[in-house]
Amino acid sequence: MGVFKVFKSLVIDSLDTITKGSKKYHIWMGSLTLVMLLGMYCYTLQLDQGLSVTGMSDRVSWGLYISNFTFLVGVAAAAVMLVMPTYVLKDIDFKQAVLIGEGLAVAALIMCLAFVVADMGGPSVLWHMIPGIGVFNFPNSMLTWDVIVLNGYLFINISIPLYILFRHYQGKEAKKKVYVPGAVLSVFWAVGIHLVTAFLYQGLQARPFWNNALLGPRFLASAFAAGPALIILVLAVIRSYTAFKIEDKTIKKIALIVTVAAQINLIMLVSELFKEFYAPTHHSESAYYLFFGLHGKNALLPWIWTAIPLNILATIILTFGVLRNNLKILYFCCFILFVAIWIEKGFGLIVPGFIPGPYGKIVEYLPTGIEVGVTVGIWALGAFVFTILAKTAIGIELGLLRYRNK
Amino acid sequence: MSKNKKWYTLDLGLNKKKNTTGSCSCGNISENCTSAKQELSADEFYKAAVNASIGEERHKDGFDQVFDVKMDRRNAFKKLTASLLIGAGAVSTSCSIITGDDTKEKAQINWEEQFKGNYKLMTDEEKQGTIDRLMRSYELQTGKNISMTAENAVANVLFGYAFNISKCQGYMNCVSACVEENNQDRNSQMQYIRIHEMKDGEGFKFDNADDNYYHEVPAEGHFYMGTQCFHCDNPPCVDVCPVQATWKEEDGLVVIDYDWCVGCRYCMAACPYDGRRFNWSKPEVPENEVNKNQHYLGNRMRKKGVMEKCTFCVQRSRKGKNPACVEACPTGARIFGNLLDPNSTIRWVLENKKVFRLKEDLGTEPKFWYFMD
Repeated sequence: MGVFKVFKSLVIDSLDTITKGSKKYHIWMGSLTLVMLLGMYCYTLQLDQGLSVTGMSDRVSWGLYISNFTFLVGVAAAAVMLVMPTYVLKDIDFKQAVLIGEGLAVAALIMCLAFVVADMGGPSVLWHMIPGIGVFNFPNSMLTWDVIVLNGYLFINISIPLYILFRHYQGKEAKKKVYVPGAVLSVFWAVGIHLVTAFLYQGLQARPFWNNALLGPRFLASAFAAGPALIILVLAVIRSYTAFKIEDKTIKKIALIVTVAAQINLIMLVSELFKEFYAPTHHSESAYYLFFGLHGKNALLPWIWTAIPLNILATIILTFGVLRNNLKILYFCCFILFVAIWIEKGFGLIVPGFIPGPYGKIVEYLPTGIEVGVTVGIWALGAFVFTILAKTAIGIELGLLRYRNK
Repeated sequence: MSKNKKWYTLDLGLNKKKNTTGSCSCGNISENCTSAKQELSADEFYKAAVNASIGEERHKDGFDQVFDVKMDRRNAFKKLTASLLIGAGAVSTSCSIITGDDTKEKAQINWEEQFKGNYKLMTDEEKQGTIDRLMRSYELQTGKNISMTAENAVANVLFGYAFNISKCQGYMNCVSACVEENNQDRNSQMQYIRIHEMKDGEGFKFDNADDNYYHEVPAEGHFYMGTQCFHCDNPPCVDVCPVQATWKEEDGLVVIDYDWCVGCRYCMAACPYDGRRFNWSKPEVPENEVNKNQHYLGNRMRKKGVMEKCTFCVQRSRKGKNPACVEACPTGARIFGNLLDPNSTIRWVLENKKVFRLKEDLGTEPKFWYFMD
């Protein structure tokens, strides 16, 4: 029963911390709430009128929601790049960053689930998917695999930090024996969630743009570039706004991960482009559409030609140690790399998979305002959840939050 | 069939050796075959296999699929709480004393419909139960009666379709007949069939074809080719469905339980033939245009946010009639029939014409062939 008492006190203390803060903090949380409410309003419109309020159609049947879902699975998987060195390789540098990374993973996963639910035509019958009550088409459907791995990963990423923080909250050391096996498992699991998500697309013989063996590995490479890039940016913010100490050394080490992943990602991009354009076949049409437009239809050109130069620029700058170790330049690179990969893996991957259609018909896709509203709302939800988690975690780590046995 | 085949192939039984009467699976034609008594007949074997795979679930519907099984108290409470929470609202309506009988009945029907099981796993009584509810619900809503059936697949029937490219003139009577027969949404002008107008001399260039033309046909220098759901024997759309809301019936029809579909559209992404349609908003059919002869898996009214597709007009084909598109075609370009019946027209076409199918390299084994005179 003692555990419950401590837990109750932790929740109360945590609620106390997250509702108090500077003016800037309140403005931040207030504006996030506003955006979330706006997103919810857009979602009610979608619930009321159906998915016809989005830009999707029978020809392009997945759009902004699934794009963001795919990208965020990558962000969630990237937490592993911090977990591995800290818990498994016993690299002390990362200890501070890892709690933040896992918090980010939790927020990203919640956003993933929200995006999937937002994309469903019948959210009220989603219980059909719950094993036991509904019919779970496992192992045939890759979507059921994805449900399992994402929820499993969410569970791991909640339980490990919770255990560590719970111990620290009581002023005790976390027992290695307890959390290291979980951490090791999460390393494999992270690769799993991303590979499974890639297989979701890769396994469709109907879509040659996706039905490509490089898709899975490329997902991993881009995830391990974009995820840690986001973590660097978040750490930068935390460093300047809280007393939480994160050393330059830590950030520079994460920057090295970003660099290597971005380089590998670029190599794979070259390999993909070579295959599509050296000996173009009928199956290269989606790539042609994406990069050059097809039959005068070129809605994706501005997107992809923003992403590619940003991606190359960031990778080149990061490659030079002198530039990378300058934190200002590093933050800039991380930002443009994040944007570039978001475009590449979202719009640049999901939408052209449907264009041209199975019989060569080209119908373009542009998200509607309502769709953008829901999307922004879900991103705000993610930021909101992350802020709550990070504020509590930082409070505990700084020793501001401690259990007092009354 | 060779056993070391690496990919799926459609088996029409053409290569099957004819069993002589009195022979047994041990290959012994003589009467004193010893294995005869131990071997299960094909029917018994099928039953046993189904029992082993689905077991009790097969006889149960809805909550029975879950509740009518042995479980411990903790499990039972867990499941009960989950469903009670969801349905609390519906219960309060149906139990209220101030509302009228009709409202109560409606609420009762809605409640049972919301929590019924997957049609694929229902017994015949349960199938009857749900179509009775749906018919009553339509009556309560509109005051009109519809007739809905739930015929199962008939043994020794495998439906197939052939399309004569030489004959089709692009009149699109099939398209409009299909829309009327299958109660498709009029607002979004949903159509299962697409007729592709292609230029003579260019071959099958789908990407240069026009599937949305509004001019007099047959247009000079063009030929026409229709596509719809091909009812693949190895359908990629069925595998990807996370909730088994779509499946291949015994007679080869690929069908959808509209009430079980969660609307994730994964099947749509998996279909290489553009065979599936989604209800992006609430489908509307003017009351006087509703086709009232319906089948649960076929042309009954759909709702917003679910998939639908061609069912080879299951409401007609299982009654021995041709699908609406075949009947409506003025040129006789469309041929439909039982692939397992050696005397059917479709079999004659397959055996005597140079037939081909689209995207055969994908291994989907469509049951939809094209041919030319």
